[in-house]
Amino acid sequence: MTANLAKVARRRVMDIAFKIFCVLVTVVALAALAAILWSLLSQGLGGLNLEVFTRSTPAPGSSGGLANAIVGSLMMCILAMVLALVIGVLAGTWLAEYAGRSAYGSIIRFLNDVLLSAPSILVGLFVYELLVAPFHGFSGLAGAVALALLAVPVIVRTTEDVLSLQAATLREAGVALGAPYSFVVREIIWRAARGGLLTGALLAFARISGETAPLLFTALNNQFFSLNLTHPTANLPVVIFNFALSAYDDWRRLAWAGALLIAATVLAVTIVARIVAREQKRS
Amino acid sequence: MNTLNPAVAEFETSIADVDRADVRVDVRNLNFYYGKSHALKNVSIPFAKNKATALIGPSGCGKSTLLRTLNRMYALYPGQRAEGEIMLDGENVLAPGVDLARLRARVGMVFQKPTPFPMTIYDNVAFGVRLYENLSKAEMDVRVEEALTRAALWDEVKDKLRGPGLGLSGGQQQRLCVARGVAVRPEVLLLDEPTSALDPISSARLEETVMQLKADHTIVIVTHNLGQAARVSDYTGFMYLGELVEFGSTDGLFTRPATQRTSDYITGRFG
Repeated sequence: MTANLAKVARRRVMDIAFKIFCVLVTVVALAALAAILWSLLSQGLGGLNLEVFTRSTPAPGSSGGLANAIVGSLMMCILAMVLALVIGVLAGTWLAEYAGRSAYGSIIRFLNDVLLSAPSILVGLFVYELLVAPFHGFSGLAGAVALALLAVPVIVRTTEDVLSLQAATLREAGVALGAPYSFVVREIIWRAARGGLLTGALLAFARISGETAPLLFTALNNQFFSLNLTHPTANLPVVIFNFALSAYDDWRRLAWAGALLIAATVLAVTIVARIVAREQKRS
Repeated sequence: MNTLNPAVAEFETSIADVDRADVRVDVRNLNFYYGKSHALKNVSIPFAKNKATALIGPSGCGKSTLLRTLNRMYALYPGQRAEGEIMLDGENVLAPGVDLARLRARVGMVFQKPTPFPMTIYDNVAFGVRLYENLSKAEMDVRVEEALTRAALWDEVKDKLRGPGLGLSGGQQQRLCVARGVAVRPEVLLLDEPTSALDPISSARLEETVMQLKADHTIVIVTHNLGQAARVSDYTGFMYLGELVEFGSTDGLFTRPATQRTSDYITGRFG
């Protein structure tokens, strides 16, 4: 009995020690995040004003904003998302509904996981060789393709996951009414999973909206306002990269403002994704 | 026909209960395999037109498997296969080349758990109809009301047809699934333990619904509830270990079971 008591006491000590360790580690992780957010807010808020949204990137010493970079980033991200959603949702659907445990399906699934963690600079180089070098020019289209390549594996994975979560009986119920399987997938399973699909899309958007490396090799940058995606296209990440490294105070202020904008956008998108996911669970 | 199998011999004598002219679905020498596992062994059973036939037996005896061969639901899963004949209107359902979607439109199914689609009550019922018929809005309204009425759900949902099907109670959801199934006017309706997830009152209502549906449909119902089998069915098949042990009129099977095994099961001695 005494031996047992000693055992219980030791276990209790271990339990407390483990809890304290977990709390400490969490604090360290969150402190880093808080520090980043704090410096973003304190440095970025000062540089935010209306001009940031209405004027294009300035020459050193003159005043200006980030309008060209904001619009360029939006155009490339939206185009990338359209491309990635079509490919990603269809590929994810194939993996979840048709591939099963086939060897081909397993290979595709494995390659997608590899792509999921591929360094984004490699994706940039790949698109450079594919769409920039042969045409002798950087372009927003190449940038969008590079971003799409980064978004596709995220969407494939989330699509497969949320479709696999849908009950087999729901598929059987659709099929039992005489509907072809593909019709059941489109009209019932996609609908049942729409919250999850949207969450995946928003997470992919958050992932690509801050990517710099793939754009350095593809969209490059443009100091003027332009809606033409066949030319080099301004974008927030590359502008931040260039301006932050510069020696000019006004450029560095704009870089902070741009960084804050991206962080705020990603935060907003993530919150929306969470809300959508929760609504989905409730209904 | 098959002298090696005593169950079949017994069955041959009791089949006299069903007039051959009334047989809607005729299962002959059906064998079913999950991979290498032999789940149905030489099962032959007739399902009579506009009658309800109950399939009873302990868990794992093959009743649901038999049901899922009738609309070839098993074909969704690789590794599952059926051999033998299932004749529906002179056509072998198991033959290669059968249009599975058309077959399932003729042989409807209601599952153990309610499976409303993530859409409105109205669209749930109209879903199957839209697949094969081009009805006007007015015609569709009539069809939806008719189906919901026959599933004894109309009065409860007529004011919220545009509300989500998932917002109904479990019993209502199951009757919605019945309405969805009968809306396409199938010849045969398969019910796989349709009340096992329902409370007693909902179960009783669903049983009434099944009784009324017999007027237009051939019904096959799998159930663990012997009282339910006795109440709703005209014929009963008792299955055990993948074989059809006994088949006959429900009255006959429950009052004068021909085999000891059936007798033991219906008196609650095993299963």
